[in-house]
Amino acid sequence: MTALLRSRVVWAAALLAILATTLPWWLSGYILGVLTVAYYFGVFAMSWDLLFGFAGEVNFGPTFLIGLGAYSAAMLNAHWSAPIPVCVIAGGVVALIGGLLLAVPALRLRGPYFGLVTLVAVLLLQNAIVIFAGLTGGEIGMMVPDVISVDANHNYWIALAFLIVCAILLFGLSRSAIGLILQASGQDTVGAQALGFNVTKHKLAAFCISAVFSGVAGAMLVFYQGTASVSTVVDLGVGVQIIIAAVLGGRRTILGAVLGSVFLIVAGEFLRPLGQINTFVVAAVALAVILFFPDGLLGNLLRVRERE
Amino acid sequence: MNDTPLLSVRGLTKRFGGLVAVNGIGFDIRPGEILGLIGPNGSGKSTAMKLIMGIERPNAGSVKVNGVEMAGWLPHRIARAGVGIVFQHSRPLHRQTVLEHIKLALLPDSLVKLVADPHVNRRAREIAERVGLSAVMHRHPATLPFADLRRMEMAKAIARDPKVVLVDEPFAGLTQTESQAFSDLIRGFRAEGRAVLLVDHNVKSLAALADRVLAMYLGEHVAEGTAEEVMRNETVRRVYLGGKIETRERTVQASSDKPSILEIDDVGVLYGKARALDGVKLHVREGEFVSVVGLNGAGKTTLFNAVSGLVPYHGTIRFAGQDIKGMSGAAIARAGIVQCPETRELFSDMTVRENLDLGGYHLANDARAEQLAWLFELFPILKSRQTQTARTLSGGEQQMLAIARALMMQPRLLILDEPTLGLAPVILEQLSKAMDMLQKTTPITVLLGEQNVTFALPHADRVYVLEHARIVWEGSPTRFEQEMAEGFLDAPPSTPTQAVRA
Repeated sequence: MTALLRSRVVWAAALLAILATTLPWWLSGYILGVLTVAYYFGVFAMSWDLLFGFAGEVNFGPTFLIGLGAYSAAMLNAHWSAPIPVCVIAGGVVALIGGLLLAVPALRLRGPYFGLVTLVAVLLLQNAIVIFAGLTGGEIGMMVPDVISVDANHNYWIALAFLIVCAILLFGLSRSAIGLILQASGQDTVGAQALGFNVTKHKLAAFCISAVFSGVAGAMLVFYQGTASVSTVVDLGVGVQIIIAAVLGGRRTILGAVLGSVFLIVAGEFLRPLGQINTFVVAAVALAVILFFPDGLLGNLLRVRERE
Repeated sequence: MNDTPLLSVRGLTKRFGGLVAVNGIGFDIRPGEILGLIGPNGSGKSTAMKLIMGIERPNAGSVKVNGVEMAGWLPHRIARAGVGIVFQHSRPLHRQTVLEHIKLALLPDSLVKLVADPHVNRRAREIAERVGLSAVMHRHPATLPFADLRRMEMAKAIARDPKVVLVDEPFAGLTQTESQAFSDLIRGFRAEGRAVLLVDHNVKSLAALADRVLAMYLGEHVAEGTAEEVMRNETVRRVYLGGKIETRERTVQASSDKPSILEIDDVGVLYGKARALDGVKLHVREGEFVSVVGLNGAGKTTLFNAVSGLVPYHGTIRFAGQDIKGMSGAAIARAGIVQCPETRELFSDMTVRENLDLGGYHLANDARAEQLAWLFELFPILKSRQTQTARTLSGGEQQMLAIARALMMQPRLLILDEPTLGLAPVILEQLSKAMDMLQKTTPITVLLGEQNVTFALPHADRVYVLEHARIVWEGSPTRFEQEMAEGFLDAPPSTPTQAVRA
């Protein structure tokens, strides 16, 4: 039954992906632009779900990792004119190093303290960016000389391809033997240890993977938007949005995070005419889903089947 | 049988703050031998097991598996070195089938092995078959009965192929037939030459299985030998029964004409799939002192929690004639039923005085002062400890504070759940005196749950015996002494019902 179910989720995802590739032929450049951002957010949310849903650690600072990737890529490009691929890879590497420096001491802590450390890390990064305004552009942000493309369709396809590759890697990982060990580590630490698994090692690995994907996606986003600014890649509000997207889509599903991101970003954009009320409405919907369907959109579907 | 021990424990000691949970425990288990580790709640037996597994780090002592010193290692290293544990409560993964759970236990601790070896699948099926899960191996744990969840825990332990197996309360929550199947599985471990440690409250349930039994009390080794020897041991009997039983009829002939203040009728409680309370009928009259006697796991705490509105139940509970079903725990407490729980639940960072003041929060200032003065008379030690934080008190003082705090609420019915748990005999005497004074000087109604019969009987007007989720006996303390006292510890577990830890 699980195999059938698994394939059903995969089939549905594949169908959606094919549908998504055809969108540029019948949607405006404006909507494609919104979706492009939503896809990068999808990768953020998926990497966050790997950590929260599988390793069981709440990372309140996804934007710490994203911001590290985004700003190191932007700085390399602006100050040293490195080509985009080099910058993107460097973004992933810096996020990995930063993540390791944060997680190695933080994973020693129990309970809510890990989350608090990640929260503080975001504030630290934000302050560092403001203090070193000469290098980083400070509160205004910095422009990057290179962009991925000026064509909306190209940007859209690149973002979609990136999303699909990340989804396959992360989803595959979550369903692998390592994903199983990770879930055991997250849900019953003592039990997993008693089965001979080094829980800290596995959680640290999950954090590193999450960091690399976040960093690379952050760098990609910078080269799509042409700027790196605190308000788009570092601010706590962005992190909260990512967390809401992942929970909305369904904890422990990876793919649900993409649905949540697309919903959140697209709804936010389409309700923009409402003015101030816009964010309120989106937040209210998200709150309702989390309160009444804590397993999220996709999680709820999966659970219905489990009961059978 | 090989004579070199597989598991060798010496001088194992664990302190939590000022409390010595395990004090210099030592034993050997040879290959193909089953050792039972018994003791009442709070005796340190579970801690001892966790120390061996590395879940807690010992303060002193040695744990050798096959001659290798492992004290202080992390649990995953100890597990890989050949120690397996069967937990009492399983915490299964949400979205995995039974078979996947067993496969998990077969996986190596590797970060790069994305796909399990092909033999893992076959091996997992074999193990599922061995423990009797083959019919349900593709189901999710949430849909399984309690016994199958425990089978799954057993399967996970088998999958690691451990040299030493630790089993926590092997029969808790199982029916007679299920217990039989588990006994057979554990005998299978013995036949395979593994060293087995069984941890349980009760020597009786292990008697047929264990080659040797070690009894613990308050962290100390009290007796060791065959199950029969340990059961006959004076200290063990005193620990479980509290020694010589003394009863006395109350001077004020209690109130057989007074109205019932609490009526419990056909109350049942289910914990998931385990039946914790089954058709319980009990009543307490105004001014009466009623003791509910039963071993750990009989269902006492569950009964009290049902009365206090803390667990959902079916059946009816009336307090002062009013059905209290659906009332919140806080509303029930305000109505006059105050429980002093087994776990005490003190505000441990507050001072003794603050704890008491919180209990009397709803009282007028002068009434509170009066109540406080009376309580300090009842428990003089608390007066001198007023400014100390609750966590720094000894176990006995904490218990007194818990009772005093409950009394600050001026309850119409005071529920005391195992006040003697883990307390030294000298403290028991003080508590007993306080109970005496309480009865003589106030019209209070008390419902007491106890394992320690010596403590439960002297004050009681009537006694109920709770066994395996059911009331099996009711009568006066004098009759209890004549009819029940002998059989209380030795009584075979009554057949059909399921037992579960309260």
